[in-house]
Amino acid sequence: MAVTFVRKEMLPQQPPPSSQVGPVRWVRENLLSSPLNIFLTLAAIYVIYVIIDHVGPWLMNSVWNAGSLAECRQILAGESGACFAVINDRWRQLLYGFYPSDMYWRPNLAMVLLLVAVAPVLFDKLPRKMIWFSAVYPFIAFWLLWGGSLWLPLAVIAGFAIGYAVFRGLSPMTNGALAVIAGALAALIWWFVAAAAVSDVLQSVIPLGIAAVPSREFGGFMLSIIIGVTGIALSLPLGIMLALGRKSDMPLIKMICVGFIEFIRGVPLITLLFTASLLLNYFLPPGTNFDIILRVIIMVTLFAAAYMAEVIRGGLAALPRGQYEAADALGLDYWKAQRLIIMPQALKISIPGIVNTFIGLFKDTTLVVFIGLLDPIGLSNAIRADSNWNGIYWELFIFIGACFFIFCFGMSRYSMYLERRLKTDHR
Amino acid sequence: MKKSVFLGTLSLTALVAGFASAATLDDVKARGTLNCGVSTGVNGFSAPDSNGVWQGFDVAICRAVAAAVLGDPMKVNFITTTGQTRFSALASGEIDMLARNTTWTFSRDTDLKFTFAGVNYYDGQGFMVKKELGVSSAKELDGATVCIQTGTTTELNLADYFKSNNMKYEPVPIETNAEAQQQYLAGACDVYTTDASGLAATRATFADAENHIVLPEIISKEPLGPLVRQGDDQWADIARWTLNALIAAEEYGVTSANIEELAKGTENPEINRLLGTEGELGAMIGLDKDWAKRAIKAGGNYGEIFAATIGEATPIGLARGLNAQWTQGGLMYSPPFR
Repeated sequence: MAVTFVRKEMLPQQPPPSSQVGPVRWVRENLLSSPLNIFLTLAAIYVIYVIIDHVGPWLMNSVWNAGSLAECRQILAGESGACFAVINDRWRQLLYGFYPSDMYWRPNLAMVLLLVAVAPVLFDKLPRKMIWFSAVYPFIAFWLLWGGSLWLPLAVIAGFAIGYAVFRGLSPMTNGALAVIAGALAALIWWFVAAAAVSDVLQSVIPLGIAAVPSREFGGFMLSIIIGVTGIALSLPLGIMLALGRKSDMPLIKMICVGFIEFIRGVPLITLLFTASLLLNYFLPPGTNFDIILRVIIMVTLFAAAYMAEVIRGGLAALPRGQYEAADALGLDYWKAQRLIIMPQALKISIPGIVNTFIGLFKDTTLVVFIGLLDPIGLSNAIRADSNWNGIYWELFIFIGACFFIFCFGMSRYSMYLERRLKTDHR
Repeated sequence: MKKSVFLGTLSLTALVAGFASAATLDDVKARGTLNCGVSTGVNGFSAPDSNGVWQGFDVAICRAVAAAVLGDPMKVNFITTTGQTRFSALASGEIDMLARNTTWTFSRDTDLKFTFAGVNYYDGQGFMVKKELGVSSAKELDGATVCIQTGTTTELNLADYFKSNNMKYEPVPIETNAEAQQQYLAGACDVYTTDASGLAATRATFADAENHIVLPEIISKEPLGPLVRQGDDQWADIARWTLNALIAAEEYGVTSANIEELAKGTENPEINRLLGTEGELGAMIGLDKDWAKRAIKAGGNYGEIFAATIGEATPIGLARGLNAQWTQGGLMYSPPFR
């Protein structure tokens, strides 16, 4: 008679072998899975060790309080160490340039308001009414940064109101395009003929304003951010228009757009900046004071817009033909089709490329150093020209690099968030 | 910015607006500030301090002119220019004068249509080597590796010098002075060559400055000076004679300390004419009679400015050398104030 064994209860679960769990498994799988992998791991450890061995003591010995490089060296007494005292001494200059120090609150406030203004654009969970603040923000920022009469930005806003009023007044009588053109003309006439005079008169009647700060006192990261943010904000709509123009059936518009894009893409940014700073001086009548920062912003925007147009054209080309036909079949006109069907999809596809262009533009702002504007890189040069800090390199560059990294990394993370949120395919 | 934006855009559309080339002096007086072009930063010559106030040898010339013309040495807008933008900034009227260690050359004076107001610093190209190399003269540099900034006159001077002395060298091309310092210290080259003032400033920043020497040979002439546009002789005269006033003041012993005393009148008629107690020299250049007194008071006479910005007491530690008064064996020589 055979003894049968029937297990009545489950065996208690054993813990997995130690080589198959936790960090050990991770290390085995990722670092030591093959001879080549082992070799690469060892090599990487060695490289990291060398870097830490060289940079570690240098960073650990950082001197934060000293009046000059010589003092730093005295404090270090021959040991290797970073002299971050230069940042301590000059961080205001690196951030604000030569902006009057008692008015730092103005760029600070402008920066805080910028965050408020971009929030509704970036995140759709916020109340939609906030977008009105975003629309007014450019004028607030301009007034805060450059100061002067409050009436000037108000007069410029009035131009939009006048243009809109003319458009609304005419649109029942004539067709839409004519009303748009008339509205734009009215606004332009107001801006170029009346706005400055009216704001002067108003200023003399009711003086409202804060101390004006001339452009040449702008510098440092403030300058980079002004040029970068303005360029980013303007180049996207301009790029969309150019991309649509390039795909347009109207030969004149198509030719203009293609010519513009190819010309701008064909010349380096530095050439455009030199044009802005040097050639325009010869063309303009002597004595006219066409603001240098404005010139740079225009050039940077045009440059980025040309690249943006091509990025968006890529997105348009990736859309299946059926989408265009579907829009037509629904009876949508051109603009409605673009706004409701084509652009939302094309822009979604283009997000990585668009953000790429944004980041490139922001970093390209450092090129203004070549036309004598003191951006952070230019200021690092100027700071080195002071006898106290001559001979200091890494500390300044590390600081500047870290600041740029924060902005660029932020943009890149946001674009990934946006891609995840807009993901509609079901992979 | 403000209205100028609109004006600028307007003038863009209507490029025909007439050439309003009023006298620079009137423009400066109407504006109330002097637009002075300086470099974006050259140690000792122009650099902003931690409060954002510009300091330096070239900056002092701007301040002296502002003091002479406007009565206040602080009424200067310093406009930073690079090697590429400096001349067009001056030619287009963006700046009234350029004080940016610019070498006075034939073509800049004639072809580019500028007027040099004089020389405020006689520079020349020199060599710096490590002491351990045991070299005491540039003639012993045969076969050396030389760090040299590309695209500069120093590059051409170097080639000429080695060729004429029948020596060979290996150039290590570099882009900026900052890069040069790093390369030289890292041992990428035996010799670093640039203007002697630049070498001194560079050497002053080394942690072990005593281990490096600047060789005695100067192989080129680099007379640096302020310049203005051609065609406005009155303005050029103001710049030239402001510089001359600073140089003459040192020669006659007029300093920022004793100038008030001397301005009451002295035995020396030349000092009296300079400081406006005698004669009407100021009126001849469209200024009042105290113009030179104000210019000298702004930063002291030439010698005081030199000592305070680049002289031997500063970290840069330049000797007067060629820049001493002619009575001391140098080249600083002001025409008489008569």
